[in-house]
Amino acid sequence: MLSKKNLWWVLAAAVFALFPLVVTNPLYTTIGVFTVIYMACATSWNMFSGYSGYIALGSAVFYGSGAYTMALLSIHLHMAAGSSQFWLVPVGGLVAMAFAAPIGWIALRVRRHTFVVITIAVFFIFQLAAINFGFTGGTSGLNLPFITWGFQNYNTPFYYVGLILVVFATLLSMAVRRSRFGLQLLAIRDDEDRALGLGVKVSAVKITGFTMSAFTVGMAGALYALFVGQIYPQFVFDPMFDVSIALMTFLGGLGTLTGPLLGALILEASQQYLTVTFSNGSLYLILFGALFLIVIIFMPQGIVVYLRDRVTKRVERERAAVAANDIASPDVALGGAR
Amino acid sequence: MNSVALLSAAKDGILTGAVYALMATGLTLIFGVMDIINLAQGILVILGAYLSYALQVHWGIDLFVGLLITIPLMFIVGVVIERAFIGRLKGPEKTAMSILVTYAVSLLIEGALNMVFSVNDVQLHGWYVAKSFAIGQVHFGYIYVAGFILAAVLLSSLYIMLYRTRFGVSVRASLADQTSAALVGIDVRRVSTITFGIGVAITAAGGMVYGATNSFNASSSYDLISRLLTIIVLGGMGSLGGAMLAGVGMVFIGDMVGVLWSPVWSSMSYFVVLVIVLLVRPQGLFGKLSARVA
Repeated sequence: MLSKKNLWWVLAAAVFALFPLVVTNPLYTTIGVFTVIYMACATSWNMFSGYSGYIALGSAVFYGSGAYTMALLSIHLHMAAGSSQFWLVPVGGLVAMAFAAPIGWIALRVRRHTFVVITIAVFFIFQLAAINFGFTGGTSGLNLPFITWGFQNYNTPFYYVGLILVVFATLLSMAVRRSRFGLQLLAIRDDEDRALGLGVKVSAVKITGFTMSAFTVGMAGALYALFVGQIYPQFVFDPMFDVSIALMTFLGGLGTLTGPLLGALILEASQQYLTVTFSNGSLYLILFGALFLIVIIFMPQGIVVYLRDRVTKRVERERAAVAANDIASPDVALGGAR
Repeated sequence: MNSVALLSAAKDGILTGAVYALMATGLTLIFGVMDIINLAQGILVILGAYLSYALQVHWGIDLFVGLLITIPLMFIVGVVIERAFIGRLKGPEKTAMSILVTYAVSLLIEGALNMVFSVNDVQLHGWYVAKSFAIGQVHFGYIYVAGFILAAVLLSSLYIMLYRTRFGVSVRASLADQTSAALVGIDVRRVSTITFGIGVAITAAGGMVYGATNSFNASSSYDLISRLLTIIVLGGMGSLGGAMLAGVGMVFIGDMVGVLWSPVWSSMSYFVVLVIVLLVRPQGLFGKLSARVA
């Protein structure tokens, strides 16, 4: 069973690794780059919000600070445009962490529901600051040095760096999940007061988790800035980003490992595709909102948990059927076909 | 000169702040009774504004008269949203889910509004919108004063309903403790639906005043909802008095910063004030500390 599970991981990794070699149309590889960026962000978001139950809706703060770090350092260090700039990606992550620690210290003094709102408020502070400060270029944004490698393979390096971020976020999330620290986060989700009573240093654990999750999001923001070449405050500090990564995680399965990966893959890829296909933004909003509602109302636990429950039920039913020495009922046969 | 500016800021704080307080009251009432954070409140305000706009443009109905139609209409919208989506949420993640559901609802409404009314900014018009009178050197726009009176009237009727009627008793009981309220025979489900309807209905009035004092389109809702959320957190989530005080206080502080320093920082000052207050009082001005854990 375990080996079968590992086989799926290996297969998925191979598909992702080979994607830009097989698909060369820049239209689709661009979608690929955005998809891996969001997969990394959703996984990282889930590592704190999914495990601890503290839903943060201000992650664009870290995405944006990563993006601005990349842009400002590239410009002020007079970096030659090209692959050396990728070294600034982890720097973006570190800057995001440097912002996350004090924000976490303030925002995590309150319980869940108020926390959500404070993260939104902090988000708007950053967005307004980026618009109003001089060094950020205001609403006209910043232009990065122009990268000159060929148009045909322009996307490939970004895709692979993004994929590295996905792997990193997934491994980190997996390690946290299996560690004592991860158990403490889960204990906070289930019953914070009891966790406190049992000796979990809840504040320290929450702030550490929050800060850690900012790292990959900051790196993804830096990568995004390098990829698109120019950044504007309203696009890197975007309220849609905050909600999108939460939605992706909820769609896939909050607190699961594969959930955010799957959710981001489905949503970001389809969102990019729909934006390219339907230029009508309003219709897109309606479609997106409707999909969102359907998922939450009918699969509140997310796809991963929903499917897992179905499989468990099917196995149980098959066992019951075998025990009763009965012919499998039609819907069991249907379940077996998928 | 500066004292005039100060007086003006104080006047704006009270007049405009009362309207924000009205909109935020709907939000905090819904949270207090239902544990639901209604992120759609911003777009519902805009929907209310567009309804007034449609009545005015197509049938020439005056903004204030139009409220007689738009308020009941928005009440129905609220009841439908509650029955169709929010009432279905259960379990420990209910509040978190409510944020996502109401956000999805707001996306739907935003898309629909963009399709019907386009993304161009509009503003509501009436003979009184651009007129003002002066007391000393401080100017009072008619629409601002009328908006203040409207907010005051609606807030007092809400107050009377909550504190002087039998239904108000059940709302306050649900606000204090849903389980106990259900145990003494209150139909919490029905109270929730009606509360949501009321919380949404008052956005019609808030939206009308907002639309007459600002030019708006559907995406103005992001700015609105962030302000409203800040107001209810600052006031203490679930606290009605806190929402009113915070609404007035935030507009006042924003205007003061705009006058004394620079207008570009005025909207940011709300959020900074919020962060500072929360450092000292994590539960907000009038919130109860860990009244609702988990």
